[in-house]
Amino acid sequence: MSVKKLSDLAKTIRSKNAGTDKITFDVIFREAAAYDLVKRSGALSRGSISRLLKIDPARITDFVEYDPAYAIKFTILRDRPSGSAGDGDIFGAQQYAPLLDIEIDDAA
Amino acid sequence: MKSLKIICPNGHLGFAPLKVESFRLGVAQKPDYIAADSGSDDIGPVPLGSDTCASPASWQEHDLEQMLLAARELDVPMIIGSAGDTGSNSRVDMYVQMIRDIARRHDLPAFRIGWFYSELDKELVRGRIRSGSAIRGLDARDELSEDELDATTRIVAMAGVHPFVSLLEQKCDVIIGGRCSDSAVFAAPALYHGFPEAQSYYLGKVLECASFCAEPYGAKETVLGEITRDWVEVTAMHPEQRCTIASVAGHAMYERSNPYHEFVAGGMLDMTDCHYEQVSEKTTRVTGMRFVPAEELRVKLEGSGKVGERYVGMAGIRDPYTIANVDEVMAWGRRQVEERFGPDGWELHFNVFGRDGIMGEMEPLRDRPGHEVLVVVQGVAPTREMAEEVAITGTRQLFYARLPDVKGTAGGVSFVFDEVLPASPAHRWTLNHTMAVEKPLDLFPIETAIVGEKTFADA
Repeated sequence: MSVKKLSDLAKTIRSKNAGTDKITFDVIFREAAAYDLVKRSGALSRGSISRLLKIDPARITDFVEYDPAYAIKFTILRDRPSGSAGDGDIFGAQQYAPLLDIEIDDAA
Repeated sequence: MKSLKIICPNGHLGFAPLKVESFRLGVAQKPDYIAADSGSDDIGPVPLGSDTCASPASWQEHDLEQMLLAARELDVPMIIGSAGDTGSNSRVDMYVQMIRDIARRHDLPAFRIGWFYSELDKELVRGRIRSGSAIRGLDARDELSEDELDATTRIVAMAGVHPFVSLLEQKCDVIIGGRCSDSAVFAAPALYHGFPEAQSYYLGKVLECASFCAEPYGAKETVLGEITRDWVEVTAMHPEQRCTIASVAGHAMYERSNPYHEFVAGGMLDMTDCHYEQVSEKTTRVTGMRFVPAEELRVKLEGSGKVGERYVGMAGIRDPYTIANVDEVMAWGRRQVEERFGPDGWELHFNVFGRDGIMGEMEPLRDRPGHEVLVVVQGVAPTREMAEEVAITGTRQLFYARLPDVKGTAGGVSFVFDEVLPASPAHRWTLNHTMAVEKPLDLFPIETAIVGEKTFADA
């Protein structure tokens, strides 16, 4: 058994606004094997995301495993609309960084 | 017509210039239309509220010039949506004037231009609220209240295909749209030529961000979409880019909360059963899309309200004890503003870069700040003078914060400059709602004109 980081398995890990009130996160894999491994591991779930980002699970509006693109995608409500004074990330483009180090159990 | 080809050179025209090489390769494919969307709400609420652009005029004009010259050379229509980032009325007028200027500069033969406006009178919206037709909130927002409407500076409605189709029926060669759905820019010509809704809206969905549906990653490159009654194909024009199953399927989820459903004025594009097939090296074919018409036509409204004038200051911290107690330092700064201006009527915002300036409370590492941090301070108030004083109080007082055990008593922070800087007025998104409409064209007034017609004065 070994443990890998999500950033070692995924081709793309990104975040971006989905409208003015939400940020959406995409984790995209190059091939089915890595995608299936991460899906099986359960390391990416509504529960793990809400714990990692310390947000109420109700703020996760969508969580989708999207087979055609080998992608896991979830969307959260912002705590205030994008670009309000004090918002540190108007585009929502730097919110994905904590996902990089999520640990995936290779033996899953 | 058995098939229709559209090229898109830019996913947000003006935000960065289109790349000319792949655009020329796209033009060489002899497309039936050249189209691009110029809008985004990514840029925050300031441009809509203050009626400004987020993009330099020279970049916008560069892309409009490339597209107009190519479209007139091929004698095919050119379509632009959401003019000037926000699609407000003044941005539409600005693009129409740019088109006139470019045509004159190049002495182009006469052509017909059409445009439409998307701004919505606040009183029209108020009338709807009072008549009991709720302005429904999107994304967990409440119904629009009159208070929130009062706080709004400018509203645009997001047009669907309707005004574009109307202008195509009037044989316009160039169309400049106010705020609209990105996909409408491409779906409208497809629908106008009789292609089915599902394929037409999918064509719009896949083309709207230009080369973001291709790989390897590289923005602002041209892609070509082709539609028939049965399928949509998308082809990368850049020599090094390809549209693959992964890149095209992946793009369906870009900037959307859900990869299966795309809502437009008039219905929903359902991509749940889309099938992707690599038909040649650079081309992917998509089938299986569906369109579900809406029972009630509702348009999305975007609104921005001014919060106040704004100044910005910055202060650096290197002392580890001060970094560990930066919340106390900021609380001291806030108290000094309160003593000067009272408890409300102003806003003071701190972002601590090096700790949690980007993610705020969601930052998992916020208890492990770096060895140095930068506090970005924003002061917001009704007048520029007051905003400047709020910001400079909130910044300079960090220097004097009284921490009990600090060793450095000559000044608690570092300054890159000992001043605060004027920033754009603070705004916030007040509307992200939908409104019922019966006749969509009523909301989007249309105009047309001939550009380049010789007048008696010219003769």
